[in-house]
Amino acid sequence: MEGDIVQMGAYIGAGLACMGMGGAAVGVGNVAGNYLAGALRNPSAAAGQTATLFIGIAFAEALGIFSFLVALLLMFAV
Amino acid sequence: MATEPIDMEVAGMCVNEFGGAIGMPQLCGEWFGNQIFWLVVALVAIYFILSRIALPRIGSVLAERQGTITNDIAAAEDLKVKATEAEAAYDKALIDARAEAHRIVAAAKADIQADLNKAIAQADVEIAEKAAESEKAISEIRASAMQNVEEVAKDTAQAIVAALGGSADAKTVSAAVEARMKG
Amino acid sequence: MAAEAHGEEAGGLVFHPMDQFIVKPFFGDGAVSWYTITNATVWMALAVLAVFALLVLGTSKRSVIPTRMQSVGELAYGFIYKMVEDICGKDGVKYFPYIMTLFMFIVFSNFLGLLPMAFTPTSHIAVTAIMAFAVFFAVTILGFVKNGASFLGLFWVSSAPLALRPILALIEVISYFVRPVSHSIRLAGNMMAGHAVIKVFAGFAAIAAIAPLSIVAITAMYGLEILVSFIQAYVFTILTCVYLKDALHPHH
Repeated sequence: MEGDIVQMGAYIGAGLACMGMGGAAVGVGNVAGNYLAGALRNPSAAAGQTATLFIGIAFAEALGIFSFLVALLLMFAV
Repeated sequence: MATEPIDMEVAGMCVNEFGGAIGMPQLCGEWFGNQIFWLVVALVAIYFILSRIALPRIGSVLAERQGTITNDIAAAEDLKVKATEAEAAYDKALIDARAEAHRIVAAAKADIQADLNKAIAQADVEIAEKAAESEKAISEIRASAMQNVEEVAKDTAQAIVAALGGSADAKTVSAAVEARMKG
Repeated sequence: MAAEAHGEEAGGLVFHPMDQFIVKPFFGDGAVSWYTITNATVWMALAVLAVFALLVLGTSKRSVIPTRMQSVGELAYGFIYKMVEDICGKDGVKYFPYIMTLFMFIVFSNFLGLLPMAFTPTSHIAVTAIMAFAVFFAVTILGFVKNGASFLGLFWVSSAPLALRPILALIEVISYFVRPVSHSIRLAGNMMAGHAVIKVFAGFAAIAAIAPLSIVAITAMYGLEILVSFIQAYVFTILTCVYLKDALHPHH
């Protein structure tokens, strides 16, 4: 341990960045849950909306992936 | 993973002397060219495989199957129409047979009824004859009984008159008895 | 930093979750130049062969009543064809071979990468970024060619109140240019994260006390990865279709 403060900061930052993925998880769960709630109310319309479901999940997940990327960059690239 | 040390000159910037990754291999710039080149090759290869061979073939197979299915559905429609016709004919035959059966049953019933009526009429006649005979016999019996009673009554009355000491000629007594019996 | 970790292999846990992503020459040692046949090349070639086997050899009999392989191929064809037709409309169908190419490559790279000791080309940002930027540039150029300047109407949300429109336009422009980034990083990130997590659990399997738990976790993650492999290929493809639809019909 040479007291590399930049390294320490990078690792702490990576950990903090990973918290952003929790938000993405909440968002994806929200999308899927609301889809399921809607599908149970009107099952006949559900099949036509699976594409929209996956697009919504993909967009919500993209933001989580960004924070994951930031974490990885801090861990390995800084 | 290779654990023996390898030549640093050969391994390049992104791999350490044990063959392990330094940082993220994904961000190692010296591998980009290789990957991009082979990716383009792979994608072009897949594109030509798909657009030249696979997609037209699968499309034609699907179209052919669609055609076959359409034909089969048409044939099935024909068969269905035929089946409906056959069913109608069958129904008609059934109705005819049922009507025939009804007719036969009615005829049989009428015959039986006629026989029955004839038998009843004959029985009635016989009964009537028997009844008339009986009536006649009864009336004869009654008439003879009446006569006997009259004679007994006359004899009895004459005997009673004689016993009472009166002389009674038979004519008077019998007239009196007749008058009494009529009253 | 990581070099130090590799140097301390003598004791403690030894796992290098990132080592599986190293590109190395397939034949012998040597520098990796742009034409070298590397493990990435080999696994991409296997993906091409798998596509060939499924869609060409599998359908070679052209039977009306399909064999198993043929019905899988037809299923893939119908799946992507219907997706393109539903999202892009009838005039998007002529771009179907390109989208099918992307889908088949990604789905086979993902699935082949799940084999033990395999290399996953799609876990590399260089690969996915090329595909995503290809889609981005193709779609942008196509949008301008098809619609001319009215393609910019994509950024001008005419259903919003007038005062909000410049702000919305700014947001739309930013989100438009972020598309290729998120498009590529989503695929590469998912692939890399899944493989790295499996590798981390595999590292824990060396400790006898938690080895059963670790093996169960690897199995569960592997199942999830199979699902993710398909879903990410599907998402990449469906987003390509959505972007293509924006180019063909920019007015909402």
